[in-house]
Amino acid sequence: MAVDAERMTQQSEGRFNARAFPWWLVAIIGFLAIMLALIITNPDYNRAFNFIKGGLGSFSDLLAGDLAAFIGRGLSMTIYVTLVAFAVALLIGLLAGLGRISGNVVIRNVAITYIEFIRGVPTLVLIFTVALVLVPTVSDTLGLANQVISNPTRAIISLAIIYGAFLAEVFRAGIESVPHGQMEAARSLGLNSRQAMRHVILPQAIRNVLPALGNDFIAMLKDSSLVSVLAVRDITQQARLYAGSTFRFRESYLVLTFLYLSMTIALSLILRWYERRLKQDGK
Amino acid sequence: MASNPMAEDIIVIEGLHKYFGDVAAVCGFDLRVKTGEVVVIVGPSGSGKSTVLRCINHLEVPTMGAVYVDGIHLEDKETDINEVRAEVGMVFQQFNLFGHLSVLDNVVLAQRLVRKRSRDEAETVAMEQLQRVGIPEKANAFPRQLSGGQQQRVAIACSLAMNPKIMLFDEPTSALDPEMIKEVLDVMLDSARAGMTMVVVTHEMGFARSAADRVVFMDKGCIVETDSPDKLFSTPEHERTKLFLSKIISH
Repeated sequence: MAVDAERMTQQSEGRFNARAFPWWLVAIIGFLAIMLALIITNPDYNRAFNFIKGGLGSFSDLLAGDLAAFIGRGLSMTIYVTLVAFAVALLIGLLAGLGRISGNVVIRNVAITYIEFIRGVPTLVLIFTVALVLVPTVSDTLGLANQVISNPTRAIISLAIIYGAFLAEVFRAGIESVPHGQMEAARSLGLNSRQAMRHVILPQAIRNVLPALGNDFIAMLKDSSLVSVLAVRDITQQARLYAGSTFRFRESYLVLTFLYLSMTIALSLILRWYERRLKQDGK
Repeated sequence: MASNPMAEDIIVIEGLHKYFGDVAAVCGFDLRVKTGEVVVIVGPSGSGKSTVLRCINHLEVPTMGAVYVDGIHLEDKETDINEVRAEVGMVFQQFNLFGHLSVLDNVVLAQRLVRKRSRDEAETVAMEQLQRVGIPEKANAFPRQLSGGQQQRVAIACSLAMNPKIMLFDEPTSALDPEMIKEVLDVMLDSARAGMTMVVVTHEMGFARSAADRVVFMDKGCIVETDSPDKLFSTPEHERTKLFLSKIISH
């Protein structure tokens, strides 16, 4: 179906094609536009929006270099948790993915244990377990006071450990997508296996999995809402607080939906554009 | 192994056996190649030609037997195989250029990582080799923008840039369109005339005739006969060789 639609757009380039036209996007943008209009014109929605976003940003904040205040404390918490947790998850995922295909029995089994363990437990349960059991246990062992590690940090550690397992499988698939001949050619030139992996296999593997990584980033942005259970004041927590204190559930959760959807749709459009460009380059 | 490889034999293969599971790919293969010699291995598909070649740079590990390259025993645990491979160029049927790198960077990569040359020096050598294989103007192109013949010539340049002592060719023209075969064979012929030690697995009998010092005919994992190309092609001794040659030359 998708292929058909693409072919039809190519054939009738320049002419309007009702079958290939992205009506779904019109519907979603329509929803976002209505929400935006409500937030601007309706005082109830406006108050909810300002509270959830975490304060009304002004240009003086931006000039003062306080980016968090400018985009709102709640929204900046969501973005901060997502970005940092994803960066750490990339590192964990790369290491676990390499471990997953390692020739060393111990390393390989440690990596598989981690991946299968994480994949077998619900995300919400893992967040509780990591933040309230694993982190205190480790910090006790290291002799740190339990309070030293803040809730947002716990949230980041939880999400990074969870997504590291998913990204490990993405990296493994990427490495396996590079033809075996590439490794043979690299080794034949005298590169050792580490050099071949770093300079020949990984650059191509990562390029192959960039779209998949993008999808996981979007998933992470959405799953960052789960950290509200740790009382981290991201936009979800802000919405819950606002709804709880004002009983304006409709405004709270519609605004929350609006915030997530506008971010994920923007990211997913960028990703589509990038994938299309990648496809054109590849041919 | 009892026999010590002689100094002038840069490649010595003794009693080579290779099994893939229960399947015998090579069973009892001996070969000595002198420095500067060009040996062409021919034979029907599945006769073990490629396996023998891949044992010479340790891409395949022999089940039994020994391979010496420049006096170094490859199966010895003490041997640093990467050092040996730097001296042994390998050209594959599928070119195997690195798709994320430009042609120039393909030729530069191993020079820098293995030969530890500076970027300037590696690029100078790379351009010399690209000149030699006749496509210096493609230095900044990417492999996917090149024809098969051009890609294979770049692959040869990659190996030659390492200044290897030996070049191995594993059916280098089998994946090419007919009109591109000559440009690759010309580069190989040029290399052979320059005195490179070469072991070539190919179906190009014309190349074997003009470039080979010796032709080895293999079947079912063994050497059937080996001789100069003139003798082997005109007066083969074994029935199996005659049958094979009649099949490929009759058209």
